Amino acid sequence: MRWELDPSPSPWKVFLAYSLFVALALLLLGLLFRLYGVSPLKAYGLLLSPLGDSLGLAEVGRRTIPLLLIGAGLALAFRVGFFNIGAEGQLLMGAVGGTYVALFLPPGPWTLPLMFLLGGGLGAVWSGLAAWLRVRFGANEILTTLMQNYLVYYLVVYLVAGPWKGQMVFGFLYTDRFPPEAQLPRLGDTLVHWPTLLLGIAAALGLQLLLFRTPLGFEWRVLGENPEAARYLGLKGGRLILLAALLSGFLAGLAGVGEVAGIHLRLLEPAQISLGYGFTAILVAWLARGRPLWALFTAPLLGLILAGGDALKLALSMPFRVVDVVAGLLLLSLIGAEALSQRRLVWRR
Amino acid sequence: MEEALVRAVLFGTPMLLASLGALLSERGGVVNLGVEGMMALSALAAFAAALEAGPVWGVLCGVGVGSLLGLFLGVFAVFLRANQFVAGLALAALGLGASGLLGKRYEGTPLPDPLPEGVLAGLALILALGLHLLLSRTRYGLYLRSVGENPKAADLFGVSVDGVRYLALALGGGMIGLAGAYLSLAYRPSWTDGMTSGLGWVAIALVILAGWQPLRAVLGAYFFGLLFFLQFRLQGSVPIPSEAFAAMPYLLVILVLALSGRARAPKALGQPFDRGR
Repeated sequence: MRWELDPSPSPWKVFLAYSLFVALALLLLGLLFRLYGVSPLKAYGLLLSPLGDSLGLAEVGRRTIPLLLIGAGLALAFRVGFFNIGAEGQLLMGAVGGTYVALFLPPGPWTLPLMFLLGGGLGAVWSGLAAWLRVRFGANEILTTLMQNYLVYYLVVYLVAGPWKGQMVFGFLYTDRFPPEAQLPRLGDTLVHWPTLLLGIAAALGLQLLLFRTPLGFEWRVLGENPEAARYLGLKGGRLILLAALLSGFLAGLAGVGEVAGIHLRLLEPAQISLGYGFTAILVAWLARGRPLWALFTAPLLGLILAGGDALKLALSMPFRVVDVVAGLLLLSLIGAEALSQRRLVWRR
Repeated sequence: MEEALVRAVLFGTPMLLASLGALLSERGGVVNLGVEGMMALSALAAFAAALEAGPVWGVLCGVGVGSLLGLFLGVFAVFLRANQFVAGLALAALGLGASGLLGKRYEGTPLPDPLPEGVLAGLALILALGLHLLLSRTRYGLYLRSVGENPKAADLFGVSVDGVRYLALALGGGMIGLAGAYLSLAYRPSWTDGMTSGLGWVAIALVILAGWQPLRAVLGAYFFGLLFFLQFRLQGSVPIPSEAFAAMPYLLVILVLALSGRARAPKALGQPFDRGR
């Protein structure tokens, strides 16, 4: 009996493998809910409850915005072979950049564009640093980008508790409210800041075109699929990686500006700005399988999980960490199913 | 001075234990990025068991949960040959999330009889020496190194690549579990969400800094421990914001990675082994 590679699995088998793993993930999650002391069915119901009404859908929508921007960029970065795990920190850098423009530069019609520019720029600097450390010194970007997340986290805590702490706020750790020129318009009464949503859709479309319709995209794909071949072709691997990293960091920075200018209207503690968008977007990108366009579908799916996690937190006062559990299980079941469908048991030696 | 050295060793011990655990599986070619989550979940398991049945059961339970989580990673990394990096990150998220969820009822409960830190610190040192001997002097160590460098050749010589890797993940997971137990039973005898505070990530960087050598990991862990001690000591007495001190370990990891980025890793690190290919 041998356990070997199946080069061309049938669609039926792929479907079966995914069903098996999703069922296992749901079972394990249900077990955790039970251990925590709530009925699994009730918890699942709450997790999906945002789909039930327009208010819930608006919650999903507002969470889709950063996931779409970051997810599209990460889909590109992962495809090229730059494992950017630091979108969380790049988002926070974007929030810092946006806040600087909003609070410390004279307000005017240029304020919002400038916020996006500086926020995106700082996000790009932050991811570019990791790319440079990898290209120049061979430092593993999974670890460096992850560590950079913690660095910005403390930078933001320092800013909101120290030099940028608001004049008008007393016991709280946040900055003053942004002037009207620095606030993004929203759809009706919801928190859906539509200009950022449009940026996200444009990013997904643009990166898809860039990746599949241009010479640069071709070089990126070659490098990602076969670094050896890329070297024989004389492609400049370092420069290609740096460029993909800069783009994904820029988009994460834009997402950070969207959160502070569209929802909170001030800079506040990092855990309140982001809710782990940077990590959840890894799933968005992984599900999109290296196609930025697919983030248009996978981002709302993960947006639902985040909104559902919030519903669980409110209704059962469950720690928001539950979202990490769902995300971790989902990611494991995806890679597990993918791997399982590519293998077969052979009953001979 | 003496106090500084003692504190350095005590701060360094969880990092040492966790990095020994990660090092063991990495020598066999399996990357473990799940350390942070494994530590958190085994710290919780150890704490819960110690409350119910005493500290010895706590340690055993922490080690056991660590081993099981190591094998759980093995299901993905070895049996299914999935992407090890992604599987490890997912395990880190799962472990942190599940421990936060399940540990909520233990928050704020003190542990009546904590373990002395010194005993576990000594055990960690013995484990480092033992791991060094295991790798350099035993048949299993030879198999493990060959599986990490050239699994195809090891397979041709009749070594069970998968078996060696499972054992490494279970043993290494146990050490990571012991690191978690040290945190919740001895170092800060309590449970709080996020009590691993990035030590798992530092441990992964430490493996690289130590060039995959257990004895060098000892020096690295104590050096980091000394830096942590200085951070606590200097905090408040110099005009530097406390956030800068809190961020220091992470900055340190980045520096270490940049300085030792091209260190020689086991050749088959992170690559699933497939006989057919």
